[in-house]
Amino acid sequence: MSAIIATPISAAPRRPEARSTQPVLPRVAWWVISVCLAVLFLYPLWVMVSQISVEDFLSFADGAGGLSVASSLGNSIFVSVLATAVTVLVSTLAGYAFSRLPFPGSKAVFFVTLITFMVPFQAIITPLYLVLRDIGLSNNLVGLSLVIATFNLPLGIFLMRNSFAAIPATLEEAALIDGSSTLGALWRIMLPVALPGVVSTALLAFFAAWNEFFATLILITDQAQYTLPVSLGILSAGTNNAVDWGLMQAGVAITVIPCIVIYLVLQKYYVAGLLSGSVK
Amino acid sequence: MTSTLLPPAPAAAAALSSPRRRRTGLGRRRQLTGALLALPAIALLGIFFLWPLTRTVFMSFFDWPMLGAAEFAGLDNYAKAFTDAEFLRAVGFTLVYTALTTPLLLVVGFGLALLVSRRTRAARFFQTIYFLPVVIGLASGSFLWLFMWQSDVGPTTQLLGSLGLVDPAKNIFADYWGALLIVVGMVTWKVAGLQMLLLLSGLQSIPVEVNEAARMDGATGWQVFKHVTLPLLRPTLALVLVFSVAGSLLAFDQFYILTTGGPANSTITAVYQIYRTSFIQFDLGYGAALSLLLMLVLGLVSAVQMLLLRNSDHS
Repeated sequence: MSAIIATPISAAPRRPEARSTQPVLPRVAWWVISVCLAVLFLYPLWVMVSQISVEDFLSFADGAGGLSVASSLGNSIFVSVLATAVTVLVSTLAGYAFSRLPFPGSKAVFFVTLITFMVPFQAIITPLYLVLRDIGLSNNLVGLSLVIATFNLPLGIFLMRNSFAAIPATLEEAALIDGSSTLGALWRIMLPVALPGVVSTALLAFFAAWNEFFATLILITDQAQYTLPVSLGILSAGTNNAVDWGLMQAGVAITVIPCIVIYLVLQKYYVAGLLSGSVK
Repeated sequence: MTSTLLPPAPAAAAALSSPRRRRTGLGRRRQLTGALLALPAIALLGIFFLWPLTRTVFMSFFDWPMLGAAEFAGLDNYAKAFTDAEFLRAVGFTLVYTALTTPLLLVVGFGLALLVSRRTRAARFFQTIYFLPVVIGLASGSFLWLFMWQSDVGPTTQLLGSLGLVDPAKNIFADYWGALLIVVGMVTWKVAGLQMLLLLSGLQSIPVEVNEAARMDGATGWQVFKHVTLPLLRPTLALVLVFSVAGSLLAFDQFYILTTGGPANSTITAVYQIYRTSFIQFDLGYGAALSLLLMLVLGLVSAVQMLLLRNSDHS
């Protein structure tokens, strides 16, 4: 952006990037420091990868008490997919309503949504447990998914509202003049344009759900229903307090590798979502 | 705005641009659609946020066991919190942890941001690497570090032991400072990349001309940094600070997994103590009161952030 603004000011050709970067560190020092830090940051991941053995992966399916890496992985996938789907669907609809279809009280509702941002769910986890018990969803993966989705909603609604607000009003008007219904315009015209926002919302929701620890630990009491992050410690606990570290690291790898792959592939959307969600 | 852009607008477009005045029927339908679309969000937030939040306030005035009848207790739970040695110790430890991690994360995050702020391919590559641990869950990261630093079998302990830096047979987690420093190290590894990213976007939003103008006026690199970069970066700095303060005040996963509160309950955080109160001692009313106190503190942190941001608008 700044480069575009800079061009008309200076008549002589110049390279602002090269000039602004040259001061503090000489080239060689920069490379040495960057590489050393990269080694430090990658070291724990190397430890994880170097510990994986075939036997550990073969022992994934059988576990004591109905708990195994395979079943925990299934639970994790179920919770993450459901929580992500609910977050994306609900925040798309609400984001569209808040940006395009204001109704009496919609400002107040949006304000309450933003307040949820500031209240840590750790603080209301005890009554949440009781609420889930009251509506028959205690110790239930669907209940857990809905709770995780709810706590991702503020960010999701915020991102989707901004995505829709950035689209020129004339686009929707054109669709409506052509005879589209409001929902038809949302689905066929607006959503494709707002797709980057949808992807960002989905990624943030997925990472949050996949890595959730505290809520699962408290809201799920049946070990067979545990998701990966919570089951890792129990899975590897053998008899006589002996810990099967190999099995634990294999479980850690199963939890970590999908996150890294998804991040490397969709980095652009993830970073964009993070930045617009926090910096505004 | 649309009407000024399209002066010879057909009747239909004019009706759309001011639906409320021209056709109340259409306007009301759009309002109704809007309310319907927002309904799922309102329902979820109502059931899983507002309802439990209200119940937290209500429960905090009761002696409320997990099973059995609740009994009204007035402000007893709150009074108890201020004399409860276990809770006060947890609060004290949380503050120590926050005071350790916040400046460390800020310095490391800032250092990384300055390092990768060059617009080159290599800088972007290192930026991706430093950010990698952010996408790993706090729990999996903790389990990974738990293994790394185990006595005898841990790869890091073995590596440092072979260099003669640590005694590989000694259990580092049995020592208060050893356990705390491992948690701080893990959190720095996991969170510094996020701080880097936020600070980097703040740094890159500063126009190049501003720095160059200062340079032309004869400012040195350090003077530019101190008098131009830092003041312009204040909103980002406030955000990054609040992120790490709030995150540290709410710490739980890393201590639950890495130290299990030990040695001798010396690394129990505020949220950990709330967890123990509600789900091990089953004292739900007292747990609710502690939760509300925590919420109050975090509200204060947010308020301070607002204040910092507002001041930066005027300066």
